[in-house]
Amino acid sequence: MTQNDIPSMAQRSDIATAALAIRGMTVSYGEKPAVFSVDLTVPRGAMMAIIGPNGAGKSTLLKAALGVVPTLSGEAYVFGKPLAQMRARIAYVPQRASVDWDFPARVIDVVAMGLYRELGLLGRMTGAHRARAAESLARVGMSDFAHRQIGQLSGGQQQRVFLARALAQEADLYLLDEPFAGVDAATEKAIIAVLQALKDQGKTVVAVHHDLATVKDYFDHVFLINKSRIAEGPVEAAFTPDNLQKAYGGRLVTAQLDPASQITPVVPPRKDLASGLAPKGSGTVGGAG
Amino acid sequence: MSGAEFVPLSLTPLLIGSFAAMACALPGNFLVLRRQALIGDAISHVVLPGIVVAFLLTGMVATWPMMLGAGGAALIAVLLIEAVRRIGRIEPGAAMGVVFTTMFAGGVLLLELSDTSSVHLDVEHALYGNLESLIWLDAFGWHSLFEAEALRGVPPELWRMAAVLVAVIGFIALFWRALAISSFDEGFARTLGLRTGALGGALVAVSAIAAVAAFDAVGSIIVIAMFICPPAAARMMTNQLGRQVAWSMVFAVTSAVLGYVFAGYGPLWLGFDNSVSAAGMIAVVSGIILALAALFGPHRARRGAPLAG
Repeated sequence: MTQNDIPSMAQRSDIATAALAIRGMTVSYGEKPAVFSVDLTVPRGAMMAIIGPNGAGKSTLLKAALGVVPTLSGEAYVFGKPLAQMRARIAYVPQRASVDWDFPARVIDVVAMGLYRELGLLGRMTGAHRARAAESLARVGMSDFAHRQIGQLSGGQQQRVFLARALAQEADLYLLDEPFAGVDAATEKAIIAVLQALKDQGKTVVAVHHDLATVKDYFDHVFLINKSRIAEGPVEAAFTPDNLQKAYGGRLVTAQLDPASQITPVVPPRKDLASGLAPKGSGTVGGAG
Repeated sequence: MSGAEFVPLSLTPLLIGSFAAMACALPGNFLVLRRQALIGDAISHVVLPGIVVAFLLTGMVATWPMMLGAGGAALIAVLLIEAVRRIGRIEPGAAMGVVFTTMFAGGVLLLELSDTSSVHLDVEHALYGNLESLIWLDAFGWHSLFEAEALRGVPPELWRMAAVLVAVIGFIALFWRALAISSFDEGFARTLGLRTGALGGALVAVSAIAAVAAFDAVGSIIVIAMFICPPAAARMMTNQLGRQVAWSMVFAVTSAVLGYVFAGYGPLWLGFDNSVSAAGMIAVVSGIILALAALFGPHRARRGAPLAG
């Protein structure tokens, strides 16, 4: 089930067994569709990267699946049931830049937002709730910052707070939108460690990702998108130079395939990377105009 | 000042002014945090033509027709803003500015053209209300607060404003957690199943109710000032939402009380023998509080705070 065309009979059972199944999702922000008729199936326990060039609809697909942006068509199923019934089992980490960090809240207040589905409008925070929020913060190494105003944090720290909020939700499916964008190397390591630990607990993780050099190290499944689906499946099967060329087109200047282990594609530098990641080993994201 | 003088002449205007200020400042906290402060301004302006049309249709100044007229005007304003934004491809702030100033000006023209001489509905009333005239002549001292006979003579604006304030407090208290989450991170709020569109609409509707009730009692100047000044000043006093709202209430009441007292007695202290508009003075005091908070507030300079422009 790693190739582009999945038989429709198999699709049904996929929906029932998958952690997340998106079917026929189309989103438009104007005249041209941002995401066109996309099917995506995330097996339970998978750690999947959604990759594709800028403007390919990676974040939009995630937001559409969660009902954050309106869709023209399409359905999302979570653990076999429609999204609306399964919200309690989902945790979403939006792009850090999507919110106003000057909001009057402390770190612990933001993490406590992850408890909303349990507390509801008026439920009282108990000691157990507070302990869970504190523990979530500890898992991302931010315990010392609990009472800081969120605007005083660095970008990497803000990203960790968002992850802690998702951990407090105690979900089974974690959806992250560019969790490594513009964060320091230490934060990237801390985040990937947390995500690996979630996978080890049997949770499912899906992340919009932009650093092709780390796909093989961090993820076991990959989904390539450029408006519509290019390929999906286990990394070794779907993360091929051929598929990358299809997704990135002319923007992917060269894709060197080392048959032994590593794919090191060279993509043009991105603005949001400029302040962010340190190059990793030989798998360098380098500039070739 | 003795109770015999204070209760009939100053107690009710002070209470009505304070209630109006609090009813507007409460939702104002969330409007300012959502970068929607202009909406409060817009509402208080578009309310005028709605109230005038309601008056022209019914021939009386009564609460329900005015509320309905104001609500209808707010709805038309929202549609017009959307239309101007889409057709003219103008940014939302500019579209809002065009629509509400035009509708307010239209309301002023309607008022001048229509015969409203029999009722206290005129341009001045619309701008700065009639706070000073909301006196309680049936009272003769503090003991009147316990006399049914005297209480019947309390200006109805007091009960109306108090009821609206209770409703506003109820809404904010009930939806506090949801408002906080969706104001900070709307996308995340939606993944929790929160209906953020409906919540935002309800916040604007509650603001509109507060604006219409306050407009009737104290005019549009206070409404505009109270939606923005106390919350904006409060933001510079603390980094926690709950404390910010508490500070905004303190600032709203301080503005109302000091403004009323300064308007009545300030000119006398300065050697003049007249008094000035209470509504105008309340708005000025709230502006001064904002300036003081900007100069001395403990959280005035924040990392991550938006810079001018």
